[in-house]
This record gives sequence, C-alpha cells and structure tokens, in this order.
Amino acid sequence: MSRSPRQIHLAAHFPGVNSTTVWTDPASGSQIDFAAFEYFARTAERGFFDYVFLAEGLRLREHKGRVHELDVLGRPNTLAVLAALSAVTDHVGLVGTLSTTFNEPYELARQLATLDHLSAGRAGWNAVTSSDAFHGANFRRGGFLAHADRYERAKEFAALSKKLWDSWDEGEALPRRIRHSGAQFDVDALFDVPRSPQGRPVIVQAGDSADGRDFGAEHAEVIFSLHQDFDAARVLYDDVKGRLAAWGRDEDSLKILPAATFVIGDTDAEARERSREIARQQVRPEQALTYLEQVWGRDLSGYDPDGPLPDVEPDTGSETARGWANRHKAVQARIASLRELSEAEGLSVRELVIRLTAKHTFVGTPEHIASEIDRYVQERATDGFTVVGHLTPHGLDEFATRVVPLLQERGSYRDSYDEGATLRDLLGLPAPARTLTPDAAAAR
Amino acid sequence: MSHRIHLAVALERAGWHPAAGRAAGVLPHDLVTPKPWVDQARALDRAGVVFATIEDALALTDRFEDADDPRPGRVRGRLDAVLLASALAPLTHRIGLVPTVTTTHTEPFHVATGIQTLDVASRGRAGVRLVVGGSPAERANFGRRDELDAEAGFREAGEVADVLGRLWDSWQDDAIIRDAATGRFVDADRIHNADFAGEFFSITGASIVPRSPQGRPVISVLAHESAPYRLAAEHADVVFVTPHGPAAATGILAELDGAAAELRRSAERLRVFADVVVLIDDAPGRAHDALARLDDLDGGAFRSDAAVVAGTPTEVADHIRALAATGVDGVRLRPARQPDDVFAIADRLAPLLRATRVLRDDDAATLRGRLGLPRPQSRYAVTPAEDPRTTPAREKVAP
Ligand SMILES: Cc1cc2nc3c(=O)[nH]c(=O)nc-3n(C[C@H](O)[C@H](O)[C@H](O)COP(=O)(O)O)c2cc1C
Repeated sequence: MSRSPRQIHLAAHFPGVNSTTVWTDPASGSQIDFAAFEYFARTAERGFFDYVFLAEGLRLREHKGRVHELDVLGRPNTLAVLAALSAVTDHVGLVGTLSTTFNEPYELARQLATLDHLSAGRAGWNAVTSSDAFHGANFRRGGFLAHADRYERAKEFAALSKKLWDSWDEGEALPRRIRHSGAQFDVDALFDVPRSPQGRPVIVQAGDSADGRDFGAEHAEVIFSLHQDFDAARVLYDDVKGRLAAWGRDEDSLKILPAATFVIGDTDAEARERSREIARQQVRPEQALTYLEQVWGRDLSGYDPDGPLPDVEPDTGSETARGWANRHKAVQARIASLRELSEAEGLSVRELVIRLTAKHTFVGTPEHIASEIDRYVQERATDGFTVVGHLTPHGLDEFATRVVPLLQERGSYRDSYDEGATLRDLLGLPAPARTLTPDAAAAR
Repeated sequence: MSHRIHLAVALERAGWHPAAGRAAGVLPHDLVTPKPWVDQARALDRAGVVFATIEDALALTDRFEDADDPRPGRVRGRLDAVLLASALAPLTHRIGLVPTVTTTHTEPFHVATGIQTLDVASRGRAGVRLVVGGSPAERANFGRRDELDAEAGFREAGEVADVLGRLWDSWQDDAIIRDAATGRFVDADRIHNADFAGEFFSITGASIVPRSPQGRPVISVLAHESAPYRLAAEHADVVFVTPHGPAAATGILAELDGAAAELRRSAERLRVFADVVVLIDDAPGRAHDALARLDDLDGGAFRSDAAVVAGTPTEVADHIRALAATGVDGVRLRPARQPDDVFAIADRLAPLLRATRVLRDDDAATLRGRLGLPRPQSRYAVTPAEDPRTTPAREKVAP
C-alpha cells in the first residue's frame, strides 16, 4: 500500500531578544543588520521552509531596575524588516508577531495587507495579546487591559481586520464601507488597500490559556506552541483541533507547529556531547543566577552557580518580572518544584537552569532527527515545527543541508516550491471564507 | 558660480494630477504591486536624485474630499509607505527613502522603530515626512479619537518629532559591547529611557532598536503657513514649501528664518526644498496639451498647493534654476503622472540640470551626508574626557 505520508511543515524562527543565542560564538553575527536577516531568510528558502518567523517584544527587558545586560537585546521593527525581506526572497512566507493590544485595526490591517502585496502573498500575522503596564508605558493607550479583556480585544481586532480585508472585491474600484461598533472598536471605515494576493494574511496564534486556544480555534490557521515533548504535543494537538468543529472548521484548516531546537552530530554520542557544550554556552554562570533572581525577585549574586539552590525566601512584593513573558506564575509553587527537581537529581543552580531552559528538542544524527520529526507528524502530535537554531544568522545552515534532504527522501517534505505559491498554499490551508456577503458590510 | 541645489521627487500613486490614473487606465490594484515602485525608485536612484518621498494617508479619500461621497474616477488604493520604502531599501543604492507618516493616529513608538529599521535596511538612507492626519475620514477609520483642532494637531506632531529623536538617541552608538569575559551583551549605562511625558502621550522606555546608521534619520515636514513653519523650524531637518514663483520663495525663506531664530534648537540650518508639480514632454507645447487633457478628464483646472509647471525638460529646468537662485537648498518635484514624469525626470531633466551645473554633487553614502547634515551624537553620549567610568578596554567578539 502506498499512501502518501502526511506532509511536514517547517517554520524558521529568527531568534530575537533571548537567552539561548550563543552570541559569544565567533561565528555569531548581528541580530540587527539586514544582511543577517537576508542570509537567514535565504537559508530558509534553500531548505524549503514554509515561513520565517519573528517574535515581538515592545520594551527592553529589565533586571533589578536596569536594562538586562546578559542576553541578546535589541531587535528591528518586525513589519519593516519583513517588508525588506519581501524584496530579497521569492518563496518563503514572512510571519511577524504583532500585538492586538498596542495596535489599531485599521493601521495594522493595512500594514499586513501591504506586506501581502509586497511579497506576492506570503504574509502572516502572529496575533498576540501580551501586555502589561510595563510594555504599555511605551504606548498611547498604556497598560490598560486586564488579561481577560485582552482576548476580547484580540477577537474583535481579528474580526474587524477580516472585514477590512474582505471589503474590496477583485477588480473593483472602490471598497465597501465597514461599519463596526463593538466594545473595543467603533469605526466607520473605508479601507484603502485593495484585496491582497492571499485575500487575508495567514493568522498565527501563540497563547496557551483556554481563552488563547479558543481564539486560536476561531481565528488562527497556525498555532505556535511550546509543547514539544511528544505526549504533551499530542495532547495540545487533540485539544486545539477538537475545538475547531465548533467553528465549522476541519483538522486541516489549522496547523500546529511547536518550537523545536536541535543539535546535530555524526554519531549520537557526538551530538549529545555538542548539546551539553552548547547548553553550557547558553547558560553561563551569571545567566543561571539571573534566572533564579527572576524567580526569587531578589538579589542572589552572592550565591555559587555551581552550588545548591539558595536557601532564602523569595521577595514577592515587588514587580520584578519586567518584560519577561510567562514568568508570572505563583512564585512559591515554582520554587518548591525547582527544589524538588534539583534535590531529586542532585543538580547545581547552573545545571538546573540548563535543564529548564537549554534542553534541546532533537539531539542526534541527521537520520535520527529526520525520523523523529517525521514520527511526530505522521502520528499526529504536530503538523511540523518552528525550528530555532542557537546561532544568528547561521543557525539554520546545518539543518537545511543535512536534515532537509532526509525528510525529502522520506517523501514527507517538499523538494521544490511551486511557482507563485502563497504562504497559505505552502501550508496547505483552504482559501479563507469571505466574512462579508454583499450587504453584510453595513450590518452590526 | 550660482547656488547649487538638490533634486528630490515626491512619489504619489498614479501621480499628483487627480486624473493621472484615469488617463493612463490605472486600476487600484496596479498601484499596490511592488514592480512599478521598484522601477521608478531605481530610475531615480540611477539619476542621482537625493531622496524620494512616498505619500501616504490613513484614508481612502483625499484630504479635502467628502469621505461619504468619494469622487468617481479618482485613483484609489495605496500601500503603507514605511513598508513600501523598506521593500525598496535593499533594491536601491544611494537614494534617500522618505515615507510619509501620520502623527495623529499612529503609535510614536512603532513609528520610531519602523524608521530606524528602514535606516538599517537602507544603510543610512532613511527619512520620514510627518503629517498631521486630522481629516474626518481618517478619524472615522480609527474611531474614538476626539477631534483635534489644527493647532493641536501640529503640537502633537511636534511631540512625535521630539520623541522620535529621544528614542533614536536612546541607545548610544557603543551600547552593544558583546563582552564575553563578563557575559554582558550590552552596557546598560549606555541605554537610556525616553522618559517623555507630553500633552498628548507619554513614552517611558528606550527604543528596542539599537542606534541606526544615521543616528537620527532625517525628519521632514510640508509647510504652507505659520503653524507648520514653526513646527518645521523647531523640529525638522528638511521643510517642503510651496512658492508659486521666485518672489514667493524669498518671502517664505524670510519667514522660516524668523521662526528658526526664535525656536530652533538644532545647530544645523533647516534645509528648505521648494515643491513643484511637473509634467514633462520633449516636444514643445505637448506638455501643456497633456495637462489640458487631464484637466478635461477631471472636469476642471488642476489647482495644487504647489506651482504647476508643464513644459519641455529645458523649460522645467529654467523654472528650477530660477528657484535655485532664491537660495533654497533643493527642489522637490511632484510628477503629475506616474510613471511617465518620473522617467522624464530621471532620464531627461536630471541629466540636463547636472550638465548645466544646477545640481549639487555629492559622494556621501547616507542621506544626512548627502544633505550636508552631520551625523548627530546621541544626546546621551559623553566624550571620553567626561566619561566618569574607568572601565578598561573591552575585549570584543568579532561579529
Ligand atoms: C510559544 C509562545 C510564544 C509567544 N511569543 C510572544 C511574542 O513573541 N511576543 C509577545 O508579545 N507575546 C508572545 N507570546 C504571548 C502570547 O501570545 C499571549 O499573548 C500571552 O501568552 C497571553 O495569553 P495566554 O494567557 O493565552 O498564554 C507567546 C506565547 C507563547 C505560548
């Protein structure tokens, strides 16, 4: 029996502000210069990736009241760099993370439609809500939205954006007027960008709460998740795909691409050794302590990174998690679990932080990595991965050269781009259903 | 030797004549593919034009048009100018790229980082033209924002210009240290919060983009009257003015000088560009005929804020030479029809002006350099003698 295998989808994450890019490596280049982005995007194209992906951070992280010095810091404006990339690439999708909290629908919708035109149909939008007063202090609206309200705004934002994108018909000289009055937005709009090649850019979603998953089930076409362990990935896959039916959608209308790191060796042993080495570069002693300081909310600089966990109480009174995503969980519970892990396995501070932050998803020979990626996809734990390297901008080179050909041999990965394919085509997504019937524009 | 000037071009959809698109059969969809923009920008780049501005607005209808009843036959549809300029950056070499940005509805933080990124992608050729976007159509597209009177709109634009400068300066040039020995990627002492609190908005943090090649990209505004003259004098590097002849130019220059004497904080002189709408045809008389046909199509004579000059390359060059003699720094040509008049500027007019030594020669690589503007230090930079820190020389990792 020769049923063709499920096709693997790969995204290439250009690491922005982060703690895992080994910037001390002599091969490490700029995080800002356009040449680095161009090199990276061309490598993604050489490896037939679906899209290049950028995260977003709207304020410089701080640590102990100062700009954080240890990690890669600084990134270009997402939309501007993707627009520039559109000019020097031909096939790869261009997906940016852009907040629904600190943008306005009319403006962001026209920017995304612009990117779709400039790239001949390769634009995507990772719609995130993340916000707090710390980030909000850089914007007119400030940090005014509570967590629960952010998805309300995100939903209304996405719904209004879709109406704007749908307001031009092919070949028409004028758009339809969009009247929208909701809790978040009250506009009477004539959208000024004609319908773009994809009609609408592909919508990506990354939030993990129930609200986030519901938003994803309603609006997203790709989910970027952190659940990379096989069983956890499978649970998320079933959960999110299970939510689609309520919106009249089928399994293929949404792809789930968890983040994945990798370390390649000629033998398994060599790969494991390299992985240990890279992890030690990723988590230097001062970074290990900083990680704990983020959890404890206090200065731990006197402690030994190669020793046991500090035996002091955390300071939970002050707002210390400035600009650090996903670290707001109950501090006490967090510390208890850290202690449990380090005691059970006899881990030093640095070893613990390596375990938590520098665990590489796929470690092994190219054959091993290719077969693992394929297994996840064939067994419906994911639809593919969002690959992140540990170097900028060369982090994808080895993957493109050594792993991609093996995926192609398996018949589960493309060996060419179709001429004129849009990002939605690359992802195998259905064309978007129009939200507007001829008279619906004025409704509501 | 007579005074020499720079030549700039203002790109606007199918051109500045409202009937240009209709005459050429341009559809909204034609204007939003990148190819015509790339072709025009490259032609102007080869011709040595110092910069191209790109018009933009956050509305479908034109500024003085009834938004509820858009006029038929006008050409519609455009791309976001900052993104379009960003796409042109890797495909051009010397030309400055100056997108238009509306100050009323946008987030100044996004504007600052977008223009910095344009500066990075173009290796120092970014500028921005700030416009107040207070039209009813723009407000309706965004909703909720209270109406601003014109004076308030200009004050707000001034705040935007101010905060752009603060954000652009927020990282000193040497903030990225990549100090492997201490594990520090940046030096926090060389990154500074904007800490701006104004009448219209406040912004606390530093930019997320390190300082860009020009340090501060070039800020420009268009000005017709006292309020915008004052905005330009206080905040801009370049101002576009609309004299309808050399005598008017002299008067405007005098008023700008007065405003600058009162308000200007920069040590650098404000660069003044005179705007002229041009329609060019090689054959004598043909440009006037073409203009008359466009006017017929639009149902009335084209009136612009700027002077309209239709003629042969030599006739247009004569007009430019007369403006140059008034002491302006440059002329910004608004092509009546795109791409025809853009190609005429690039292939006919610019070579003629160069041959007759009207154009200023320059061999600088950045837009500031070409305009004769120095690269500013960050306002937070300290000279080594003032530097209180006694850090030893840092070991740097080669990028
Ligand atoms: C894998 C992942 C990546 C994310 N990346 C970003 C990002 O780059 N920028 C950002 O502002 N928020 C980012 N977020 C935040 C989410 O998009 C979301 O707004 C936030 O997690 C709150 O939603 P939640 O409670 O549903 O998780 C990310 C979240 C996840 C799970």
